[in-house]
Amino acid sequence: MLEIKNLHVKLQEEDKVILRGVNLHIGSGEVHAIMGPNGSGKSTLSYVLAGREGYEVTAGSALLQGEELLEMEPETRAAAGLFLAFQYPVEIPGVGNMTFLRTAVNAQRKARGEAEISSGDFLKLVRERANTLKIDADMLKRPVNMGFSGGEKKRNEILQMAMLEPKMCILDETDSGLDVDAMKLVSEGVNALRDAGRSFLVITHYQRLLDHITPDVVHIMAAGRIIKTGGPELALEVENNGYADLLAEVE
Amino acid sequence: MSAPQKNRADLAVRLGGDLPVFAGFTQTARARAMARLQAVGLPHSRDEYWRYTAPDLLNGAVPNLGAQHPQGQLGAKLNPLVLTFCDGVFDAAASSDLALLGGKIALLSNANTDLHFAQDIYGSLEERGQTPVARPFAALNTALAQEGVILHIKGKIARPILLNYVAKADLSDVILHHCIKLDAGAEVTILEQGSLGARGNLVIEADLATGSALHHIRSQTSDDAALAVTHLFACLHANAALKSFTLSAHGRLIRNEAVIELVGDHASAHVAGASLTDGPDHHDDTVFITHQGRACESRQVYKNVLKNGAVGVFQGKILVRQTAQKTDGYQISQSLLLDGDSQFLAKPELEIYADDVKCSHGSTAGAIDDTALFYLQSRGVPRAQAQALLVLAFMAEAVEEISSPDLAEDMRAQVEAVLQRSRL
Repeated sequence: MLEIKNLHVKLQEEDKVILRGVNLHIGSGEVHAIMGPNGSGKSTLSYVLAGREGYEVTAGSALLQGEELLEMEPETRAAAGLFLAFQYPVEIPGVGNMTFLRTAVNAQRKARGEAEISSGDFLKLVRERANTLKIDADMLKRPVNMGFSGGEKKRNEILQMAMLEPKMCILDETDSGLDVDAMKLVSEGVNALRDAGRSFLVITHYQRLLDHITPDVVHIMAAGRIIKTGGPELALEVENNGYADLLAEVE
Repeated sequence: MSAPQKNRADLAVRLGGDLPVFAGFTQTARARAMARLQAVGLPHSRDEYWRYTAPDLLNGAVPNLGAQHPQGQLGAKLNPLVLTFCDGVFDAAASSDLALLGGKIALLSNANTDLHFAQDIYGSLEERGQTPVARPFAALNTALAQEGVILHIKGKIARPILLNYVAKADLSDVILHHCIKLDAGAEVTILEQGSLGARGNLVIEADLATGSALHHIRSQTSDDAALAVTHLFACLHANAALKSFTLSAHGRLIRNEAVIELVGDHASAHVAGASLTDGPDHHDDTVFITHQGRACESRQVYKNVLKNGAVGVFQGKILVRQTAQKTDGYQISQSLLLDGDSQFLAKPELEIYADDVKCSHGSTAGAIDDTALFYLQSRGVPRAQAQALLVLAFMAEAVEEISSPDLAEDMRAQVEAVLQRSRL
């Protein structure tokens, strides 16, 4: 599904290298987790894949189902099936959540040469999926993420994911700012979307989220590289011992 | 030549040879207005309130009409009573039956002398509005208005009254002056749409008696090259409420002034505007709200989108007199600059003489939020569409000031049309 090879990235405006040769292969239907200390480059990796400005790729490639992502506009990546659940979902005053969802769904359909969804079908779908995530009618009417609590914002990200039905989902610290109940709700939302044709990359600091969303593979990232890869037990090791031992091993 | 001399000399040039001979019921008011005008002359860029908007274009030769953008009827769902003015001349064939309006109505050109109220109101609020800041174009309007409607509203009028302006002739120099008198408890919605003429000067005087309400919604988006200066003078007695909203776009130079006096207690005035200005065009909102009565509330909400080197100006003043305890005044002016060449010039002013007052003001100028743009793109919305959506959202916040959902929806559609025409 996603094939990242030797990815090197620096900040555009300053001489700061962030990713120093990331290699990652995520197969179809797999769930991978990336853990790592602050500043290791986890969020940068997610932004670079989604196409945010401000980064310069100095080497390497990232293929989504065989297509080079790094040369596409962000919207083209989305239409190709990439989805990033933001660590800090953006508030957009004046744009209703419902309008936002519908605009996004139809823009992707258009990009793929499909017909627009009818108002009736869209409403039915959004209500059904919002309901599962306990997102009420008021949250759908309000401007995007405006006045939402931390948990509501993250649930709203998962709702967007559910509506857009991407193939490759990146969750950037989706557990940050969530209480236990909200984490459960969000995880259930994610788990409901797991299937053979959809892959996940879950970026997190804590093993806790991985209790709910069980990964197939766990990677440890440090100083812009993946330094260790293993099964779910690797996350437990980090939880118990911290990163120090792992970092020492590499050095 | 000193500044005032220059102002007067400019006026003499504009008026040309002999002064008009005033007649009819407005005769006295016109003569008085002409005297006021002659005392100050035409505005000049050295005048404090014309520093950011050069009045030269408004004082110079009348241009040809720009491309016209016909619009659907504003408030069509509410079945408005229509009064059409074509190049400043009342067009009876394109207007509703005046008798349907109820209350008293008269045209300036044929007002009957029994309309004593009209005689009392015509020019009187404009005259009051000349201090402390002179408004020469308003005095010129009172002196020389070609046409206008005088309405005396009693009770609640369900159907809105639509003042429909049609510009057809190049070089048309149109001066319209409307008066609206609302009796105690009366309520009416006044809509305005279209272009007055190649150069337009409009004055509305609104006198709101106790507990009356005036809703005013204006669309100034139909001419590509228009020069327009408008004044809304309103006087609010106890518990009266005014809500005014203006959407502006495409005009070469537009200046909208609102001069509002809250004289009774517990009165409320909300003025709002959304504008989209494309360079080299220029847009100016100038607001002066005076709080005289106790516990009155005023609110100014202005949103400007500027591109291709356009200039936007906001001059907003709240004057709170010593008698106006418990005043609640609010003012916000925001601009979205779509490129580095555009400019937004804001001059918020608060002058407060009472001590138990709540007044706040804010002004911002900024580019489109990159983070929001990326967020939309990351959901598959193409960049241009995402940008248009954010501009629409920005302007829509001012549209929310309109209380009627039907009219707000009409305005939102007009904002979308304006964005499309401006290729946003």
